[in-house]
Amino acid sequence: MLRVNNVYKTFHTGTVNEKIALYNVNMELREGDFITLIGGNGAGKSTLLNCVAGVYGVDQGTIVIDANDVTKLPEHKRASVLGRVFQDPMMGTAANMGIEENLALAYRRGQKRSLKWGITRKERNLFREQLERLELGLEDRLQDKVGLLSGGQRQALTLLMATLKKPKVLLLDEHTAALDPKTAPKVLEITEQLIQASNLTTMMVTHNMRDAIKHGNRLIMMHEGRIILDINGEEKKKLTVEDLLERFGQASGEEFANDRALLS
Amino acid sequence: MLEILLGAVSLGTLWAVMTIGVFITYRILNIADLTVEGSIAMGAAIAARGIIMGMNPYVTTLLALIGGMAAGLVTGLLHTQLKIPALLSGILTMIALWSINLRIMGKSNISLLRMDTVYTMLENMGLNKTDAVMVLGLLFVLAIIILLYWFFGTEIGCAIRATGSNPRMVRAQGINTDSTIILGLILSNGLVAVSGALIAQSQSYSDVQMGTGAIVIGLASVIIGEVLFGTKKFFGRLLSLALGAITYRIIIALVLKMGMPANDLKLFTAITVAVALSLPVLRQYFMPLRKSFKEVE
Ligand SMILES: Nc1ncnc2c1ncn2[C@@H]1O[C@H](COP(=O)(O)OP(=O)(O)OP(=O)(O)O)[C@@H](O)[C@H]1O
Ligand SMILES: [Mg+2]
Repeated sequence: MLRVNNVYKTFHTGTVNEKIALYNVNMELREGDFITLIGGNGAGKSTLLNCVAGVYGVDQGTIVIDANDVTKLPEHKRASVLGRVFQDPMMGTAANMGIEENLALAYRRGQKRSLKWGITRKERNLFREQLERLELGLEDRLQDKVGLLSGGQRQALTLLMATLKKPKVLLLDEHTAALDPKTAPKVLEITEQLIQASNLTTMMVTHNMRDAIKHGNRLIMMHEGRIILDINGEEKKKLTVEDLLERFGQASGEEFANDRALLS
Repeated sequence: MLEILLGAVSLGTLWAVMTIGVFITYRILNIADLTVEGSIAMGAAIAARGIIMGMNPYVTTLLALIGGMAAGLVTGLLHTQLKIPALLSGILTMIALWSINLRIMGKSNISLLRMDTVYTMLENMGLNKTDAVMVLGLLFVLAIIILLYWFFGTEIGCAIRATGSNPRMVRAQGINTDSTIILGLILSNGLVAVSGALIAQSQSYSDVQMGTGAIVIGLASVIIGEVLFGTKKFFGRLLSLALGAITYRIIIALVLKMGMPANDLKLFTAITVAVALSLPVLRQYFMPLRKSFKEVE
């Protein structure tokens, strides 16, 4: 479904700030795969997702989504097949537009925009149904501006927007990291529910090892721009945090350095 | 006095068209677009030149619309394709338009006295000039408000509104934000040029200087409209802009009447806008004060 072939990405090439963010990254997501992606600060996780989404072009290598080489396509042209949720709850929605207007924008993802009305009555009913599934009471607030919602509500809404039109790949970049400890598990639960309902192919970055182990069928660990672990199937099911730390040490020759991952 | 007020209202309806244009960039796209200083003068220049060449005044106003749209397109391309910051892109187009407007007019000003204008038809029906301007101005403003209300409810319009709010999210929804920004700038400057064309015809002359300070007048009108007549509903917001522009003209007419020298007008307007823009900061500054008063109570 998604293939990343020999991808290299360096920021600020040729300056003192030169930073290799991705170094010969290869991976393949099969349809229905739910990958959790973990790694230390600056390991390149966000860069990998951003390269897949077309926010950054890659220096070398190719990105293929469902047999289409999208390496050269700009961000907005890849959007038709990608659903995305960002770490910052502010990033995924337009704050001064209504809930239904945001959903309507997402419902047309990848479609050419015309002079047809921005929202139809039929869509409103659909949105209401979908919002009910979140159990956050948003279905009665269709016209409310998104800026009025809490971080957790906004993230749940962004998730719904990302999946309203089934994406070929769903990209989640630490989408619960900015939420408080009570809200984060709730949003993760909604995530799991939406992914299972449509059997979505997913790549989820998390800094929480327990979440990385608990969710998904496959766990990938990155370090200094490379993939150093790729664990799936039965092996993944039996994994513990201690195993993971030990295997990280073996693979990288270092201690795992992500302050947030160790604390949580 | 009544005459002064009516004059202010009629002129206000023409500036309302421009105010709506400024609103599109400043509030919807979240860009301070200085192109308007050039495009309002361009609208006036095109209309004036067309009229003295004997063209139909409605056709010249339409040409002004097209000219303004082209100016917006240039700013949009500079900003989105050449990655020049929006403010600077607008300034560049504005400066370029100065020369272009001189070329259009062939000299620095044109008098339209005793020429047929868009208002002539109404005047022939027995209205005086002020009333004719007001009637036509109101018709234009209402038509534009209704059109824009419809437009910003369409898929494309929603995409433009979202772009000003969160461009990254808009791209994630598969929309090319370069296109939506360019489209907004085209629309805005088209309206501003129409306003310039209507103003030139109402005051019977066009001057290359006409645009100087126009952006500040536009902003003042937007803010006055929002503060005094603002509502949440989009239609109401558009209406409040027109009311803001008219109110601004009335305020100016009154302070002039009270004896303020006309040369101080721009200073007065600039101070008004500075105060209005700093309202949020001022409010924060006075908030603790108010709180402590409440605590005393
Ligand atoms: N836009 C950018 N410009 C310059 N350097 C960048 C940019 N984005 C990322 N980098 C650099 O690339 C490296 C990888 O960053 P990335 O954001 O992908 O890490 P990450 O794995 O997501 O880390 P974190 O857990 O902190 O989010 C870092 O060294 C970072 O400083
Ligand atoms: Mg990151």
